[in-house]
Amino acid sequence: MSYKTLIGLEIHVELNTNTKIFCGCSTEFGKEPNTQVCPVCLGLPGSLPIINEKVIEYGIKAGLALNCKIANKVNMDRKNYFYQDLVKGFQTTQYYNPLCENGYLNIENEGSNKKIRIKRIHIEEDTGKSIYDKERNILLDYNRCGVPLIEIVTEPDINSSKELSIFLENLKQIIEYIEVSDCKMEEGSLRCDVNINIVDENNNIKTEIVELKNLNSFKNAIRAVEYEESRHIELLKYKKIGSKETRRWDESENKTLAMRSKEDALDYRYFPEPDIVNVLLNEDMISDIEKSLPELPHDKKIRFIDKYELSEYDVEILIADKKIANFFEETLNYTKEAKQVANWITGDMLRRLNDSKIKIDNIKFESKDLGELINYISNGDINNSTAKDIFRRMFEQGERPKVIIEDLGLKQINDDKELRLIVKEILSQNQDAVNEYKQGKDKVLGFLVGQIMKATKGKANPKKINNILLEMVSKA
Amino acid sequence: MDLTHLTIHDLIDLLRKKEINSQDIVKSYLKRISETESDLNSFISVFEDYAIKRAKQVDDTIIRMKTISDLAGIPCSIKDNIMVEGFKTTCASKMMKDFIAPYDATVSKKLKEDGAIIIGKNNMDEFAMGSSNETSYFNSTKNPVDKSRVPGGSSGGSAASVASRQVLFSIASSTGGSVRQPASYCGVVGLKPTYGLISRYGLVSFASSLDQIGIITKNVEDCAIVLNSVSGNDKFDSTSINREKENYREYLIDNIKGMKIGIPREYFGSEVDERIREKVLEEIMFLERLGANIDEISLPTTEYALSAYYIISLVEASSNLGRFDGIRYGYRSDNYSSIEDLIIKNRSEGFGEEVKKRILIGNYFLSSSNYEKYYEKACKIRTLLKNEYENIFRKYDVLITPTTINLPFKLGSKESNGEYGHILDKLTTPANLVGIPAMTIPCGKIDNLPIGMQIMSNRLNEKAIFKIAYAYEKNKVC
Ligand SMILES: [Zn+2]
Repeated sequence: MSYKTLIGLEIHVELNTNTKIFCGCSTEFGKEPNTQVCPVCLGLPGSLPIINEKVIEYGIKAGLALNCKIANKVNMDRKNYFYQDLVKGFQTTQYYNPLCENGYLNIENEGSNKKIRIKRIHIEEDTGKSIYDKERNILLDYNRCGVPLIEIVTEPDINSSKELSIFLENLKQIIEYIEVSDCKMEEGSLRCDVNINIVDENNNIKTEIVELKNLNSFKNAIRAVEYEESRHIELLKYKKIGSKETRRWDESENKTLAMRSKEDALDYRYFPEPDIVNVLLNEDMISDIEKSLPELPHDKKIRFIDKYELSEYDVEILIADKKIANFFEETLNYTKEAKQVANWITGDMLRRLNDSKIKIDNIKFESKDLGELINYISNGDINNSTAKDIFRRMFEQGERPKVIIEDLGLKQINDDKELRLIVKEILSQNQDAVNEYKQGKDKVLGFLVGQIMKATKGKANPKKINNILLEMVSKA
Repeated sequence: MDLTHLTIHDLIDLLRKKEINSQDIVKSYLKRISETESDLNSFISVFEDYAIKRAKQVDDTIIRMKTISDLAGIPCSIKDNIMVEGFKTTCASKMMKDFIAPYDATVSKKLKEDGAIIIGKNNMDEFAMGSSNETSYFNSTKNPVDKSRVPGGSSGGSAASVASRQVLFSIASSTGGSVRQPASYCGVVGLKPTYGLISRYGLVSFASSLDQIGIITKNVEDCAIVLNSVSGNDKFDSTSINREKENYREYLIDNIKGMKIGIPREYFGSEVDERIREKVLEEIMFLERLGANIDEISLPTTEYALSAYYIISLVEASSNLGRFDGIRYGYRSDNYSSIEDLIIKNRSEGFGEEVKKRILIGNYFLSSSNYEKYYEKACKIRTLLKNEYENIFRKYDVLITPTTINLPFKLGSKESNGEYGHILDKLTTPANLVGIPAMTIPCGKIDNLPIGMQIMSNRLNEKAIFKIAYAYEKNKVC
């Protein structure tokens, strides 16, 4: 038996513009219900929408980043249906002429490349939010009405949950890079519906497409897909194809449940929105936006590997977050040790950021400080374990490395004369150990080094100490 | 002196000479309303206290300021589908009977800024759907000329209030002819300007791509004065035209020598009352005597305009009325079993028959299986029509036609019936579909009932209309 999974996605991304798509109301998340509303976003009689140009710009940005063809004008349509949180009886969206079409996103799975086609990206408004209280009353919050969205629709080119996971991660990374959304799934700023069915390639029988809704995390999307894959295969084993329906993922039960059948699908009676005049998009505007796009993750990855001779593994960690990648490159303005910088960022820095749940924007030290610290190490002014202590203080208190070193007198002792005096002192205090060495017990050297380090509070240059100790212990 | 017999221009003159004040004017008109309203029913609400208070404020301003704007202290009324903050906007519907406007329409705001005094809200056909004012939840308005007859629709209340001297002017709305037809029936001047010249912000939408706010006045000069106040770009309406403001009073020139007038034969067909046809042609001959050049022309696509209008207006209306679900405002039913049931009951009980019929037909045209068959074709006709009119206006300054196919009919007669009723809009709908300006001016009477002459011009060429209308009004001895 040979089964092939077909997955297509509809991803809603909330754009992080300051104001809504058709009015000047704020889009800030988490405000008191129904405080960020006006006649326009409430769709009150007589109110008219005015399209926010930032929304068009952000939509084009997303389209260009995903290799789409951009339309030459923006026209909106109405999608008519009734729901309590839909204020106008229709949602203003794009149906006939999406802003962006025919793009793609390349993903890399186990070393091989694959192109996932993007069918379309269109702009639309979000609807309000229904909240059910304990008595099953419906409470309505319209703050979200008119928050701008883009909907990204893919062709059914994703063939496994692994590919799904890679695609979603890549897409999220790109959206974050171009800074059109903060992609917070928990706040609903990135929502994903999955369309899935399976073909039995031996006899070319397909199951009916199922739409999976309410997937509030990537993890749930993947688990729901895996559940559906096995459910569909089970159907095919018995020569069944299931039914065209919408299902939701039940996290507590670990399975998908049918919500409604596609048979009673609504007729949305789409037609062009007469209240918004078409906005013409000229080539200059689009090429200006294209020029303003930042380096995208894939290009950055290739450049980092090439330019800084880093491992693919390290680079992937560095570029996962654009701000981390920027911090890396900024640090290189102050030191030449790219590999060292990468190690410090992917190691101590990210671990401490994660542990303390701090975002890089709020980090207390600057890239300049990290560069300085690394230079102290490579100049031999401090050793690695001292450096780790200094880094901790930089991270916790935001002090400059130079200040910490001077403050604690941590600078490494490199002066031969000074080191010889210290070694001499230690040897005279540990005559027994010296004798043992002379009797052939090499192990005591480690003990002696430890004593020296203890006496110097770890400041002695370890390389030099080794040489001096070897030379002096036999003479002692 | 009875102030209600004067024009806006006369009153402003008296105000400037300090012979009267705004409170005198407002009081005269409020008195006139109280004497006539029980017969006419042209208002849904009258703001007596507010009007007097505003008049005092205006008088104070006049004392302080040296200049007086052209509408300062002038009482007007507004059709009840346009928002005036703090007052009811009912759209003459049970659905909206208690709705208090939470904001001002742009026109209301402009009128207030210019010192006009909004004295009340006019009766109309429910949600502007109708040609006789008989679909109003608040009972029909009577035609002041003959109270057994309709004032026309849907701005019948507005036309009746101007014709009966209850106000000096009224702000109304037109989707297919709702300003011109009632103005013609009541014997007053009615203007539907170029689409986008007056902001629609705050006008409860019927059919967005056709709706336009219009003006009803006693004469052409008053119309120009009001248009000066309420026209202009509005950043709250994306369909609003962005261009420099004109002074329409400058076009009140009593000389039309050499102007070219087209007489489109499609507007003089057999459905037009023969007496109206002859009378309008006679008045056109009069304009020729004043020096205009007259040609008979043809606009063949006009025959399909009514069907296209019917489809587009109902499609847009079915969608625009979707917001009236009784959830956030409007009529709410008492007994329901689910949220779906609540919305269904709110709409079934809150809307009148004509409105429900139009919503259903609109949804039928728009359903996925009918979209191409009806809506797309209607849009194509509209494009053809636009091209045809654009071409003709390369050669002609204005087109002149009758405004209506008939004389004001009796309340409750067969013309009130929707099936027959919509042919009544035949001569007025093309201007709405094409978005061009059109004005009706009174041009005589038949059996003591007024008839109107329609003057259309190219987009943004209100100037030509004002010239012709003014010259006619000035020289005609009626
Ligand atoms: Zn708003």
